Amino acid sequence: MNHPHPISHRLFHILRHLDGWLLALMIAVLLLSSATVYSASGQSLPRLTGHFINIFVALMVLVVVANVPPHILARLGPPLYAIALLLLVVVAVAGEVRNGSRRWLNLGVGAFQPSEIMKVALPLMLAWWFQRREGLLKGKDYLLAAILVLLPFALILRQPDLGTALLIGASGFYLLFFAGLSWRVIGLLVVLAASSLPLVWHFMHDYQRQRILTLLNPEADPLGAGYHIIQSTIAIGSGGVFGKGWLHGTQTHLDFIPERTTDFVFAVFGEEFGLLGAVLLVALYLGIIARGFYIAAYAPSLFSRLMAATVSLNFFTYAFVNMGMVSGILPVVGVPLPLMSYGGTAMITLMIGFGILMSVATHKSLNKT
Amino acid sequence: MNWRGGELKNLRAELAAFRRRLQAGVVLITVLVLILLGRLYDLGVRDYSHYASLAESNRISLIPVAAPRGLIYDDKNRVLADNYSAYTLEINPAKAGNLKRTLAEIGHLIDITPAHLRRFRELLAENRSFATVPLKSHLTDKEVAIVAANLYRLPGVEVKARLFRNYPFGDEFSHSVGYIGRINDRELATLKQEGRLDDYRGSEHMGKTGLEQQYETLLHGKPGYEEMETDAYGRAVKVLARVAPIPGDDLRLNLNQEMQQIADRAFGDYKGALVAIDPNNGAVLTLVSRPGFDPNLFVDGIDPQTWSQLLNSPARPLVNRAIYSVYPPGSTIKPFMAIAALEMGVRTPGYTIFDPGYYSLPGSSHRFRDWKKGGHGMVDMHKAIVVSCDTYFYRVAVDMGMQRMDEYLPRFGFGARTGIDLPGESAGLVPSPAWKEKRWHKPWFPGETVISGIGQGYWQITPLQLAVATAALANGGTIYKPELLQAVRKSGSRVWQPVAPVVVRRIPISAADLAVVRNAMIDVTKPGGTAPRAFVGVAYPVAAKTGTAQVTGVKQNESYDAKKLAIQYRDNAVFIAFAPADHPRIAVAVLLENGGHGGDTAAPIARAVMDYYLLGKKPTPSITGKSNESPPSD
Repeated sequence: MNHPHPISHRLFHILRHLDGWLLALMIAVLLLSSATVYSASGQSLPRLTGHFINIFVALMVLVVVANVPPHILARLGPPLYAIALLLLVVVAVAGEVRNGSRRWLNLGVGAFQPSEIMKVALPLMLAWWFQRREGLLKGKDYLLAAILVLLPFALILRQPDLGTALLIGASGFYLLFFAGLSWRVIGLLVVLAASSLPLVWHFMHDYQRQRILTLLNPEADPLGAGYHIIQSTIAIGSGGVFGKGWLHGTQTHLDFIPERTTDFVFAVFGEEFGLLGAVLLVALYLGIIARGFYIAAYAPSLFSRLMAATVSLNFFTYAFVNMGMVSGILPVVGVPLPLMSYGGTAMITLMIGFGILMSVATHKSLNKT
Repeated sequence: MNWRGGELKNLRAELAAFRRRLQAGVVLITVLVLILLGRLYDLGVRDYSHYASLAESNRISLIPVAAPRGLIYDDKNRVLADNYSAYTLEINPAKAGNLKRTLAEIGHLIDITPAHLRRFRELLAENRSFATVPLKSHLTDKEVAIVAANLYRLPGVEVKARLFRNYPFGDEFSHSVGYIGRINDRELATLKQEGRLDDYRGSEHMGKTGLEQQYETLLHGKPGYEEMETDAYGRAVKVLARVAPIPGDDLRLNLNQEMQQIADRAFGDYKGALVAIDPNNGAVLTLVSRPGFDPNLFVDGIDPQTWSQLLNSPARPLVNRAIYSVYPPGSTIKPFMAIAALEMGVRTPGYTIFDPGYYSLPGSSHRFRDWKKGGHGMVDMHKAIVVSCDTYFYRVAVDMGMQRMDEYLPRFGFGARTGIDLPGESAGLVPSPAWKEKRWHKPWFPGETVISGIGQGYWQITPLQLAVATAALANGGTIYKPELLQAVRKSGSRVWQPVAPVVVRRIPISAADLAVVRNAMIDVTKPGGTAPRAFVGVAYPVAAKTGTAQVTGVKQNESYDAKKLAIQYRDNAVFIAFAPADHPRIAVAVLLENGGHGGDTAAPIARAVMDYYLLGKKPTPSITGKSNESPPSD
């Protein structure tokens, strides 16, 4: 009795764990993404094909993760966290240096950044911990959780990679926040963070300070660090309300926008599709987040709730930080725009998050199997 | 593991708390999204026109196209200054990134000498509004191909086809046509001040000396431009529109290249100047200043070493001796003194003196010597000019007095700029007590009046002034503004518009007085005169006057001996002439520094020029201005 059901039935069984709303919204954004990447790459079919392959592979990962029930995912938390932390230590000792920072680990087949694993592992680990301590939570549980956040934060900060450290730290903080960290502690943390800004500035690297200064006054260095911001804001601004039209962005096609298929893809999108296009994209993002929050609100377990809420808010954070950077209200950090930027690794990390979200959404009525 | 552990009530409270946290998250997201949308609204709606124009100026660059400079021709339409196209390798420092590395890269590809780098750095240091700085010009086809193939890895490097100026006759016209050179900061400021900067977009050269400077506004033309779509690296993607430049006007000169060459070669090793003028309209037929230099050296930026050689050479090749250097006229002033004396009634033609070989002022024992020991005996005005009698003119000067001399002689143009169409002309000086008081704060001595009568002392005259005055003798008293420019051809036109002669002054001279002086000057070139040898067998009547001007004073008890003097202290030779004497068509003034006696050394040069002009005769190679060692006979 190896095959109790026909194949179509088994396929249905697998697809049952996908969330229709999320999938529809994601595919809408991915379509915009494909059009934009095609335009930004100078109508390169190989680039578009690569983008499709990335999307396909990432969607496969999503389907797999969505089919893993939450309590199994929870169990993966501690080992995954341990591995990620170990790799971060290895990177700190023997990592590859690129562009002045030690972020990469070469495994023979190719280099990758262990911080990518940590993006998934840290929320899993924390959610697992809070699930385990459900009903027994005390102050020291939060303290332990805080230590679990600070360890990878410090290691990544040392690489140095301030942007990723802050984003990973934020995801840990979100989880603590949803787990009920008291407002008084949050207020205290905010005050502490604000008062330590001068100290942070003191320990910042020159290039990091430069990015902050550039944000405050990009015209001060129009050919150097300010160039990216100036050119991307020109692109978005010159797009106006309706945009210059697909394939007609002059900033894009005359090479004024840097990294235009990856980190600065929003500038291309804004130039060609205008404010209306940007509003549509933001609306799609908000739709995804709303669906994520809805899933979180009705999730059956603490672990599921925490993961769903954190993944959703994290998704918003990445989107906001990227769009804020490209439109010139946040400093330049190397963050891709979720679902829009070209790039395999980020796409997979993202889809793992959505897979967790869908797993939570679709295993709600199915208890332990 | 306990998935549904704890009490139900507790769970409900927990879920409610969690949902409140979700609501807080919604508030946070709403605030941040509003900030983001506000920013996007500012960019795309409020400041749309600002960013749209920034994107447009990013996209389109106006690339100025320099106008071809007007050409300069001689009177027979031989080209004296033309343009040719050549490739240059230029670098835009703003886009080059690491300049040192780019320079090194280029050095691996094509031959770049230290001189190229030196000049590049100098030009870079004075780089103003020009986007690109040339590194190497006149690239060979092979070099162009090599650089073009590697342009993709040489940011900011461009290969441009540029027009270069060429002076095919080299140093012959160095002091008339002049040269162009790269615009410097001072000139740029001047252009800005005069509001002419727009005409210089895309061009990096302007006239620096001579006619190139004088007629800069005519020669330069107006630049056109190309509207180019360019990418972020400044590379042209496509031409959107093109407005053609308006070339500069062409100039035709009164100068004749063949005659210029004949005069130039006739100087041999002598330094000096020659100016030939058409007495009927002031046209400058020949203008020589020796030594000259090769103006082509300056076109593309002269290298510092050659420049300092030219600047510090004792022969001073950069000085325009024809219009800038001043000399005492010596005995060539005598015909003008004669006209002044006759016209003002100081002398009659027949008034005769006895010349014992010297002149002394009343009550003084100081002897102002005649050039001829023992004197010329009985001398009237005709003879005084023919034999160049000093004693006669000493007395004329004393009888005339400085006041009348200063009133009459400037009418011939002495002591004032002639107004020739060249920059850098000197005014010269007619000696006067008032000038001496002002300049030296010293009183005038009567003896200074005496020597002023024979063109010595404080006199300062340019060879050009002498030629203009001689032309006035030839045409009966009309002073014309000397003009190198004969006609202008506007760009796009085929018609040469002639330049009208300009009369500066008409000196009323009676025909009888004029005849006395002219006849005497004719006899100067005949046996018994001071310049017979140079005019043996001449086919047309010539009127002339020789002169010898002291460079250093001869003491009272010494006599001048050219052989004993170092060359730089020998007398300057001066010579003026016009021909044909009855209907003059050419007037010439020649000055040879340290040339000795004018009749021996300067006269043959004037004859060579007149022979060519009047007869079309080219000199045999033997006629050159070799120094003549025969004793002076002024």
